[in-house]
Amino acid sequence: MRRVVVTGVSCISPLGNDADTTFRALLEGRSGIGPITRFDASGHDAKIAGEVRDFDVARYIPSKKHARHVDAFARYAIAASDMAIADSGIDLEASNRERFGAVIGTGVGGMQVIEAQEKVLLERGARSISPFLIPMFLGNLAAGHVAIRHGLKGPNLHVSTACATGTHAIGEAGHVIARGDADVMLAGGAESSITPLLVAGFCAANALSTKNDAPAEASRPFDRSRDGFVMGEGAGLLVLEELEHAKRRGAKILAELVGYGLTNDAHHVTAPEESGDGARRAMAATLSAAKAAPDEVDYVNAHGTATPLGDKVEATAIEALFGDHARSGRLAISSTKSMIGHLLGAAGGVEAVVCVKSIVSGQIHPTINLRERDPGCTFDFVPGEARDRKVRLALSNSFGFGGANASLLFRAFER
Amino acid sequence: MSTADRVKEIIAEHLDVDAAELDLDASFVHDLGVDSLDLSELVIAFEQTFKVRIPPESARQIRTTRSAIEFIEAASSGHAASA
Repeated sequence: MRRVVVTGVSCISPLGNDADTTFRALLEGRSGIGPITRFDASGHDAKIAGEVRDFDVARYIPSKKHARHVDAFARYAIAASDMAIADSGIDLEASNRERFGAVIGTGVGGMQVIEAQEKVLLERGARSISPFLIPMFLGNLAAGHVAIRHGLKGPNLHVSTACATGTHAIGEAGHVIARGDADVMLAGGAESSITPLLVAGFCAANALSTKNDAPAEASRPFDRSRDGFVMGEGAGLLVLEELEHAKRRGAKILAELVGYGLTNDAHHVTAPEESGDGARRAMAATLSAAKAAPDEVDYVNAHGTATPLGDKVEATAIEALFGDHARSGRLAISSTKSMIGHLLGAAGGVEAVVCVKSIVSGQIHPTINLRERDPGCTFDFVPGEARDRKVRLALSNSFGFGGANASLLFRAFER
Repeated sequence: MSTADRVKEIIAEHLDVDAAELDLDASFVHDLGVDSLDLSELVIAFEQTFKVRIPPESARQIRTTRSAIEFIEAASSGHAASA
């Protein structure tokens, strides 16, 4: 079996436009949530979000003409791809790029151009529609742009499983390498959908927190007073590489991707199935793929969106799988979303970056805003403050509308 | 502003070049790196700015700034270029 290791990471998030800045801010327990500035949200029930700030498009796409024709989610993917490749130290010129690919997902694609062009259609008619509409909104164009930019001619794929997208993308990319179809893959997710239509849609589905008066405290995973998630945006990518390929070029190996599991609830379009069986089976399949026992896991980066039902179901699934280990003091669980909100299709990407950083640094970021644990959620959620903790096995969970469940397991690299 | 200047301005803006340095006879495709999507976008901008209709067969004849100016001047004066 070909082993898959992580040799580069990158992210753009509401807490910073690179992985180090983001992870440092997460360790400090800072919130990246604030009032929505992208549009006038005064008529929306939810008026807060985790927006990416001070993102300098020209740094990555100097041509204004080119930048105009790339929707925000793909811009984030392009920037993240540059940073991930730089972090991996891989020499593109010296690489066989027919064996280098990308699986980059997005939950909703280019919403900004869709909403702008819908307005053009209604106001000025069909003949006024931009010829760039289609190549700007198609979800696979994040992976497409990244391939064009870096000359990546290997397997190229977009997966879209709502909030589980980034996790599925990384798992699938790992399989591409394991089965021998490529040696190096960029993998993760990108999203930018803090738009009038999307925020209204999530409000209508009762998914968003409306704690508009206290943005930094609105995202409260596993807290008794949680009332929904806060939308975020950004991108998170890993460079996955076949172990021998990485060794041959003397790469620094950050961690090994040892497990990936995916299931479906087969239950409801938005609500998770209450027994948590789908989530439990995804985690169990992930551990099984890695031949790891539940009590060997040190850290779970929870899906932890702060929806009333979602967190409860995840806690139920964790209880069912980990049993006593979940209360032994040896399993730390935290939610990145407590600080950056829910990056939808990019969430799994950024949270995988967090898992790798936790393994490398021996530090676990806290879950903030956890004042009073929900009676159904009584584990060690690392409340408030980061913790120094050697992490050998880190599990990342993502669950999405449509009943999608996916988990990844990363292990500290051991020859 | 004359039609010619306005056309040059639109082209410069869309292609991210300086209007003053725009070579009237430079080929959009061969010299300025324009692709079919860029050309469609330009045609839409001309149609909206000058309130003219540029059918696909005419759009295909617009290959340089000069040909764009000639077509639009003719179309705006009510005498569409035979091209």
